Amino acid sequence: MTIQESKVELIEEFEMFDDWMDRYNYIIEMGKDIEPLADDLKIKKYLISGCQSQLWLIAELVDGKILFKADSDAIITKGIAQLLLRVVNNRTPQEIIDEDFSFIDMIGLKEHLSPTRSNGLTSMIKQIKLYALVFKAKAQQQL
Amino acid sequence: MSIDIDKIRADFPILSTKVRTKKLVYFDNGATSQKPQMVIDSMTNYYQQQNSNVHRGVHYLSQIATDAMESARENIRKYLNAASVEEVIFTKGTTESINLVANSFSKVFITEGDNIIVSEMEHHANIVPWQMMCKEKKVELKVARVNDDGSLDIDYLKSLFTDRTKLISLAHISNVMGVINPVKEIISYAHSNGAKVMLDGAQATPHSVIDMQDLDVDFFAFSAHKMYGPTGVGILYGKKKLLEQMPPYQFGGEMIDKVSFEETTFNVLPFKFEAGTPMIAEIIGLSSAIDYMQEIGIQNIADYEHELLEYATSKLEKIDGLRIIGDTKNKASVVSFVVKGVHHYDIGSLLDQFGIAVRTGNHCAQPLMKSMGISGTVRASFAFYNTKEEIDVFMEALNKALNMLT
Repeated sequence: MTIQESKVELIEEFEMFDDWMDRYNYIIEMGKDIEPLADDLKIKKYLISGCQSQLWLIAELVDGKILFKADSDAIITKGIAQLLLRVVNNRTPQEIIDEDFSFIDMIGLKEHLSPTRSNGLTSMIKQIKLYALVFKAKAQQQL
Repeated sequence: MSIDIDKIRADFPILSTKVRTKKLVYFDNGATSQKPQMVIDSMTNYYQQQNSNVHRGVHYLSQIATDAMESARENIRKYLNAASVEEVIFTKGTTESINLVANSFSKVFITEGDNIIVSEMEHHANIVPWQMMCKEKKVELKVARVNDDGSLDIDYLKSLFTDRTKLISLAHISNVMGVINPVKEIISYAHSNGAKVMLDGAQATPHSVIDMQDLDVDFFAFSAHKMYGPTGVGILYGKKKLLEQMPPYQFGGEMIDKVSFEETTFNVLPFKFEAGTPMIAEIIGLSSAIDYMQEIGIQNIADYEHELLEYATSKLEKIDGLRIIGDTKNKASVVSFVVKGVHHYDIGSLLDQFGIAVRTGNHCAQPLMKSMGISGTVRASFAFYNTKEEIDVFMEALNKALNMLT
């Protein structure tokens, strides 16, 4: 599935929900499904600190594609992080650099990404992009 | 006299706001209160009919604006029962009031080797200015402990005083828990040990009758916006004999007497501490907010809010796994809680979907969170325009949210 296809799939999934409660139940379920990070990975190095909730993000480059893992102490933050990762996981650095993340608006979760919300999600997007830039730079150095 | 809730609610236009499709339930009064039409009108009227720069203007409008501002100061003095208008300083809020004292009081009254006291339950605004001052002056910052129920450990607090203790700065009412501190007892103990007392009154003025002379407090800070007035203005009350000895905090117009490039002399109190053009419209708005509260009766407000607090507390206590943070008898209408296994951000996000505004997080009181062993709370804070019906809506939403989350 291309990055575009996975965005469309996500948007269509959310269009099926009649009300906010279904939407949030889905996010909460997604948050519950996510495999928790081992405690020894929940360290400062991976922490994206928000004033409201904490979020950990880990990335590695495997065969030219980035694999992300995330976890949070708040389940809604964790669920939304999982949504983001569904789109950006297993993509090349360039694909992530080119992504504008406007699909978040389209699934009605914009309020969770306002810079004043301080749940770490806005910083998570920045961090995802930063990882992509670093992996791209590293790959170019090796060429 | 009881409260005419329908009439009161009609005075606050914002209360009829719809949040998406739901009726707004505003329980974030501890962060800021809503404003009655009377306050909004007083500020509009100022700009429509009185606006001019104050003091020293010879023209008609400047006189009117100066009179309006200075009669507001007198109104605030009466409300505080301060001995003199010279003791009522306009600042931009509680934070600036505390910074002013930390800066100017320390310049004359604190020297290396002294100590000052704050408590674990303080808002960051009543910690950081003192911490910075202490670093600069090489002064020890002592910290009073909080008991498990959220009350101050008074015996421990008393044990912190030494003959070098120059000041204690405390919250009158905790912004996180609503716990009312025994400030009169502390003030009299501090004075008997030769220390001055500053109170952070930001959470006290919306809920209680306060009297500077009765409290015998040395400094008292509060913000208009938490007591139905506008943002951008607050008060520093200070005893005249202390303020007179303290140097100015900021420099500029209004606060000077004579200026030459060789030397500048400063204006008298209260103007010495009010550099630059003041927030005239906001000052008038604050005075109008005080009039509004007094019309209803501050004791009536306190009594009604106490009813709301007891109603909410009794309902919250029935929820499994819910723990109220700050469980003392003597509380203002603030209730903070945590629920076992559920994050405060999740609860707050879902309550928002139900149209309910609460505050979640550490409430700018990270040291208190640490001492309580929690990362944050959900805080509902009630004002006299809230109702038991709103608390019912809140409880139903909270139960639904917890069902979704567990």
